[in-house]
Amino acid sequence: MSGLEFLLAGTLAASLPLLLAALGEMVVEKTGLLNLGLEGMMAIGAAIAFICVYHTGSHLLGFAAAALMSTFVAMLFAILVIGVKANEVAAGLAIGVLGLGLSALFGKSYESLTIKGLPKIDIPILSDIPVIGPTLLTQDIVVWLSILGTVALWWVLNRTKLGLIIAAVGENADAARSIGYPVVMIRLIAVAFGGAMCGLAGAYASTVYTPLWADGMIAGRGWIALALVVFGTWQTGRVAFGALLFGILSLGELTAQAMGVGLPSQVLSSLPYLVTILMLVVISRRRSGLI
Amino acid sequence: MSQPALLRLAGVSKRYGTVQANHEIDLEVHSGSIHAVLGENGAGKSTLMKLIYGVEQPDSGHIRWNGQEVHFARPSDAQALGIGMVFQHFSLFETLSVVQNVSLMIPGKPADLAQKITDLGDQFGLSVDPHAMVHRLSVGERQRVEIIRCLLLNPKLLILDEPTSVLPPQNVRRLFETLRKLQADGMAILFISHKLDEIRELCDTASVLRGGEVTGRVDPREHDARSLAQLMIGREMPNVAHAAPQPPGAERLRLNALGHPRASRFGTTLDGIDLKLRSGEIVGIAGISGNGQQELAALISGESRAQEPGMIEIMGKKVGHLGPMARRKLGFAFVPEERLGRGAVPEMSLADNSLLTAHSRSMLSRGFIRRSVERAFTRECIEAFDVRTPGPDAEAGAMSGGNLQKFILGREIMLNPDVMLVSQPTWGVDIGAATAIRKRLLDMRDQGCAILVISEEMDELFELCSKLHVLHNGRLSPALEAAETTPQEIGRYMIGAET
Repeated sequence: MSGLEFLLAGTLAASLPLLLAALGEMVVEKTGLLNLGLEGMMAIGAAIAFICVYHTGSHLLGFAAAALMSTFVAMLFAILVIGVKANEVAAGLAIGVLGLGLSALFGKSYESLTIKGLPKIDIPILSDIPVIGPTLLTQDIVVWLSILGTVALWWVLNRTKLGLIIAAVGENADAARSIGYPVVMIRLIAVAFGGAMCGLAGAYASTVYTPLWADGMIAGRGWIALALVVFGTWQTGRVAFGALLFGILSLGELTAQAMGVGLPSQVLSSLPYLVTILMLVVISRRRSGLI
Repeated sequence: MSQPALLRLAGVSKRYGTVQANHEIDLEVHSGSIHAVLGENGAGKSTLMKLIYGVEQPDSGHIRWNGQEVHFARPSDAQALGIGMVFQHFSLFETLSVVQNVSLMIPGKPADLAQKITDLGDQFGLSVDPHAMVHRLSVGERQRVEIIRCLLLNPKLLILDEPTSVLPPQNVRRLFETLRKLQADGMAILFISHKLDEIRELCDTASVLRGGEVTGRVDPREHDARSLAQLMIGREMPNVAHAAPQPPGAERLRLNALGHPRASRFGTTLDGIDLKLRSGEIVGIAGISGNGQQELAALISGESRAQEPGMIEIMGKKVGHLGPMARRKLGFAFVPEERLGRGAVPEMSLADNSLLTAHSRSMLSRGFIRRSVERAFTRECIEAFDVRTPGPDAEAGAMSGGNLQKFILGREIMLNPDVMLVSQPTWGVDIGAATAIRKRLLDMRDQGCAILVISEEMDELFELCSKLHVLHNGRLSPALEAAETTPQEIGRYMIGAET
């Protein structure tokens, strides 16, 4: 498999955890909250999904359990921030650490075990197209569903009353309350949605993308997803584009290592994180009118 | 009146902690009537409206609607019966279009809503483009959107909270015409205001609130402004007569083609601002907030630096590149519009807040704070400026707006500045304190201080200033002699009809 084919085949899968987590957080932030606990929510989702699939063999169960568990952790955040008005940043970091800790605890006896991933689907005609057919267009079911989900989310946020309400709550919660919208409930649902998306993202990472459990396997993807929301300026399409970009980057790093590029592997592995920092600097400078 | 009241309040009370915001309020509002609720800041007007609109619930008392007793758990309950409210600080969403804003409250297809918005606009003189983004609209247009949004719910009672406080005079005329049309249509209107002349012109009934209680029910057309004011503040209006200004002296502040790019997407770019301020005169800058007022104040105070040193001159020196401390050393003092956060640190005591700008008055010794000097200064300020507070150790954040403003102004005045910038001196300050503050400013002028006042209150500017400018969209009008201009002319500049 050439480098290009490797990229074409793997980018979508590599992007998926980032995409799902970032879209969830985007909805949370659109309602005016900030949940910094993505990394932990992804990790606990990943651990629970792996355990579930290991014992039952059912990916569907694994994804569902992960979504539920991460939603539960997200609800802790909601109780702290919406319920008792705790500081958002502190609460987000705290549940992030909690999620990481729980994932290590639950996953301890599953360390380095492996499971079967999901099969790639051969779609007739599509997979016969030269070059992109067997690579880009041959993906597992979760990838296809996520693409549909992304489009659906865009449609809800931009074309429906629900999207309008979410934007209104995020922009001016007091005003939304004064015209009679249940701001607390809307935010609660958004936080739950964000949690569930992180759970799915983690589940994909541990049971499909690399079907094994290792402590710390989320490896900062939660933080990158957080940065992607800013990079994507809270717009579904741009966030998805950002996720793809980082997916390519993380694969490119592997390709480069495999091809023996004369850089230490640590430098290449740090590339996605460096690019994240660079992106954030560029964006914040542009926003403050300096560029 | 033979007809039963549309809305009737009997013995309604509301208490927040130790504050009795409303006490045994009785109120009757009839269809086809414009009913004023008159009172100073803190008299309990806003609380009363929240009770009527279902934002808050009364502790005791009854609310009757068409003779039926009702309980509003939330605004939508009040809306369902036909009560609409236009807030003082608009509850619109800036990043959405007019029709999107409306659709958040009114069911229906966007195209139908847009048509209804246009129709209502034609009928009641509320024209606005349904597809315009709200952040691009002027204040007057935003208010129209709010009113249209209420009218689409077919209300029988419309509550307007200080609707004219943000409008230039021309738009006030237009709003009144709209309200009269609605009145002729049989609607009841509750008009909350502290502006006596407007109430006398528009309203047929007035309930006067003071300290949370109704102190009078009058026909405002039969009373003059003075007697209404007396009902409102409970004593004779303080006399504001003041000696005419002496001819101004030496130049103290000068802006030379001051321009500055906006700092954020919602900021204002300042362009070519020229201004001269001399000792012994007060120059006013009128205009609606958001037209560059904050940016201009930040540039003059030194909080943001000008692009070239020569754009700003204080006491004849080029200071555009200097910070606030260096400018204060030249004899400049500044009273910002945000009292908490800029004028004073809310968590700190008054004494420590004195230190912030008055440290040069021998409050420091080899880097250590001399507490006794700090406290003596603060106590003097509290006494001289009638600040109602337990003492120098009171927390700034716990004080009422008027008291804190008197303290901040006093602190700056005690520095004996040669030139002073005062931004929105009487925002949210009750009449008594506002009168005292204006008198202090005039005293300062008579002692030779040069004062620049940025204000939204046109009456205040005409009372204080000898010269007026208008700031609109980041540009400053030429100087207008206060004695020769009129509120109407200022208003034309405020909406950009003249430049």
